[in-house]
Amino acid sequence: MKLNQLTIKELHKKLKAKEISPFEVATDVLSHVDGVEEDIHAYVSLNNNLLDDSKNVTEIDNPLAGIPIAVKDNMCTKGVLTTCSSEILYNHLPVYDATVVNKLKRQNYVMVGKTNLDEFAMGSSTENSAFKITRNPWNLETVPGGSSGGSAAAVAADMCIAALGSDTGGSIRQPASLCGVVGMKPTYGLVSRYGLVAFASSLDQIGPITKDVTDCAISLQAIAGHDNKDSTSLGVNTPDYRQALSAEVKGLKIGLIEELMVEGIQKEVKELTDHGLNLLEKMGASVGPVSLPHLEYALSAYYIIAPAEASSNLARFDSVRYGLREEAEDMVDTYKKTRAKGFGDEVKRRIMLGTYALSAGYYDAYYGQAQKVRTLIIDDFKKAFEKYDVLVSPTSPTTAFKIGEKATDPLQMYLSDICTIPVNLAGLPAISIPCGVDDKGLPVGFQIIGKHLDESTVIKAAYALEQEIGFKEKPKLLKRD
Amino acid sequence: MSDYEAVIGLEIHIELNTQSKMFCDCEVAFAGEPNTRTCEVCLGMPGSLPVTNEKAIQYIAKLGLALNCEIANFTQFHRKNYFYPDMPKDYQISQFDLPVAGKGYLDIESDTGEFKRIGITRAHIEEDTGKMLHISRTGRIHGADYSLVDFNRAGTPLAEVVTEPDIRNPDDARIFMQSLRNIALHLGISDVNMEEGSLRVDANVSLRKVGQKELGTKTEVKNMNSFRALKRALDFEIARHTKLLEAGERVVQETRHWDDAGGKTTSLRSKEEAHDYRYFPEPDLVPLTLKPSYIEEIRATLPELPEARRKRFEDQYSLVPHDARVLSFEKAVGDFFEESAKDYKNYKSLVNWIMGEFSYHLNNQGLAIDECALTPKHLVQLLKMIDDNTISGKIAKEVFDEMFNTGKLPSVIVEEKGLTQITDQSEIEKVVDMVLEENPQAVTDLKEGKDRALGFLVGQVMRLTKGKASPELVNKLLWEKIKQ
Ligand SMILES: [Zn+2]
Repeated sequence: MKLNQLTIKELHKKLKAKEISPFEVATDVLSHVDGVEEDIHAYVSLNNNLLDDSKNVTEIDNPLAGIPIAVKDNMCTKGVLTTCSSEILYNHLPVYDATVVNKLKRQNYVMVGKTNLDEFAMGSSTENSAFKITRNPWNLETVPGGSSGGSAAAVAADMCIAALGSDTGGSIRQPASLCGVVGMKPTYGLVSRYGLVAFASSLDQIGPITKDVTDCAISLQAIAGHDNKDSTSLGVNTPDYRQALSAEVKGLKIGLIEELMVEGIQKEVKELTDHGLNLLEKMGASVGPVSLPHLEYALSAYYIIAPAEASSNLARFDSVRYGLREEAEDMVDTYKKTRAKGFGDEVKRRIMLGTYALSAGYYDAYYGQAQKVRTLIIDDFKKAFEKYDVLVSPTSPTTAFKIGEKATDPLQMYLSDICTIPVNLAGLPAISIPCGVDDKGLPVGFQIIGKHLDESTVIKAAYALEQEIGFKEKPKLLKRD
Repeated sequence: MSDYEAVIGLEIHIELNTQSKMFCDCEVAFAGEPNTRTCEVCLGMPGSLPVTNEKAIQYIAKLGLALNCEIANFTQFHRKNYFYPDMPKDYQISQFDLPVAGKGYLDIESDTGEFKRIGITRAHIEEDTGKMLHISRTGRIHGADYSLVDFNRAGTPLAEVVTEPDIRNPDDARIFMQSLRNIALHLGISDVNMEEGSLRVDANVSLRKVGQKELGTKTEVKNMNSFRALKRALDFEIARHTKLLEAGERVVQETRHWDDAGGKTTSLRSKEEAHDYRYFPEPDLVPLTLKPSYIEEIRATLPELPEARRKRFEDQYSLVPHDARVLSFEKAVGDFFEESAKDYKNYKSLVNWIMGEFSYHLNNQGLAIDECALTPKHLVQLLKMIDDNTISGKIAKEVFDEMFNTGKLPSVIVEEKGLTQITDQSEIEKVVDMVLEENPQAVTDLKEGKDRALGFLVGQVMRLTKGKASPELVNKLLWEKIKQ
């Protein structure tokens, strides 16, 4: 077995025992990436110093020391290209590291590269990248999901050991689901957003994409915690998430979200969700239905709030200080030409939606109303959590869809995030773990949502289910040789 | 006289002199090598986030309290969205419906001596923009070959104070600004220098028939870079409105630019061209809760403000109201007076010198009291030399002139120039005798009751002693000799 196929925990054990070296791990990862990247297109840019970097890791004193990890290309890496998969940042070299990148550096990780995403994290298929379309390792004709499609595909295809993603409306969990890996969106404010190029500030959250729940806990431990550079970062002490890695769910109260098990959800997805619930019940958890009555408005509220914030967050790409500049006659023309060329269609669509929603005379009807809906959804979750410890649902209504299938229909595409968006609106932690494959052999994700800052219970339930399911399938990579 | 009265409201921006910027650690300072005091936050680099400078919140709360404003217990930042190259993020972090300071007022004293209460609508905190340099003949963006941006100023904490339309004439507008400036100086929250742009003012002007309640159509005037410019621009704008209205024409609601060299305002943009700022709550910053105990703590740190100081000056130094007001108006003047008064108890004389000779010299050279070489020590020493007859009052003015220009102590100047007053009676007597002998006609005139001749004779003695003779002594001796 090649070292790139192992998990963080497995590698750490071997590294610590000096059975293997970081250089050997990096070598296996790199040679595999060299072999499959032309099929997957997971990376916007690769770290050309990967092997040298791995040689510099001499102490295995941290769980991530010497572990090759991929970083989504919307997190700033000092002096290393950070594009957000957008033409407008095609040449952008940040002058600083994102806090999460700093934290990984302090653990002596090695960065494999920067992974592809839907431009500025806007999308659910990674087809909106300005540079390349990432393919799902399980079936190269299908999308890996998005927007963290590059990260999820890279983890699924063993092109890194773990990856960082960002999740604004499901951008970690949905691609994790479609790629058959584990993805977690932590509580809003648990992980610093400093250095994450903002899409929608009140919803964005960084989280890990890993091969299993254990690695998820290890990675989360590394990146969580207060950061005084991020005012929305929560001032809490993070518990030891690895202590939640016990298969003990006896007495755990689980609520199945009724509204997310209705029509529009693929048959096998529903079946596998039920199957997962049965397993948990067998292990001693109690399961009941729960209704979140305002869930039907979640998508509408999200598509007001997120574009509104995005329209403002993306204003700074004006060619004055960095990024693309299209020379023109005057200042306004320079803005117009640069932004017309630099942004893709989906980004422009959302900037326009958001600008409209914030305009004088429309603010109350759109943005104001959406914020009220958001409050109602938060209350729905609060009520549900009075009765249950965790809530569950499918992560995505369907398994991976064909490349191009939804690309021309934004509304269909937006519906891919119906199960994940409400969680962002409420700022809650949630995980997606693989729970089987459909009749086409494509993985299905199982979503577990926790109370505010209760990542531990989410990890505990996910770990128990993971052990019971024993999901061992791996994508059969179609290497052309 | 016109049948119209002016209605003026001001919008003032004050750059706060905190150590670091509003939302990052960069230093706050004036000028400097362009783009050296910047970081990823104040350059609006992708991914950077703001963190509120707590000192700036204290400062705006102080200003609010000094302006008798209600301080909000719950306050929030909003984003004001518009594109401009000096605005790194293309939105400004500002405040909207939940400012730190709400309704308040400031009492001003008109040139007529009348007290007027000017309402404060609000005072909020925001971040400043960078500065642009347009490379063109006019220095304005229109027709520029290219423009440069310096972000050193970007992110400097900025207080915005908005008044009610309570001001009725340009002089009161100027006095309001001077009073506000003095308050900021007393609070120590800003350098409030209009030339350097740390104090800026825009004015809304409209006219209405005397007695009418409804407001007329207003214009907003920008780019007034001195108190004088404010007064001139308002005079111009009021005259322009008056002319339009009297001709039966309408005032167009618009923003106008004051051209100081040309002495006129020109249209900058119409109401239709006004921005839609698309304000919304800043999601990168959590709303602030200012507890009543916190606000009281800040109140307790407020220094003595001009009004309180004026009253104290009347009581403590027995100054007449007018003198107390003049001395307490500017912080530095009041400080100079009090520092001097520690060592010199003839307050009346002290006040006369500060408000007379000193202020004359300052005005002449366009200096502020803390910008010149003269310290309280200089003045006190000079006054003591007069009191103990070391020098005459006339010589003192000469010495003052010298020490104002050179910063030398009066004792040094008197020593160097040999200006010590001649108080030796026999020495003066010799000169008096000589003068009387040489001017028999003047002596006769004086004896015949023509008192003017005395001045002439004193003048002759002073001329011969190079002004060093004690005038009292000269007077006394002349009379004695003539009566003999
Ligand atoms: Zn800065």
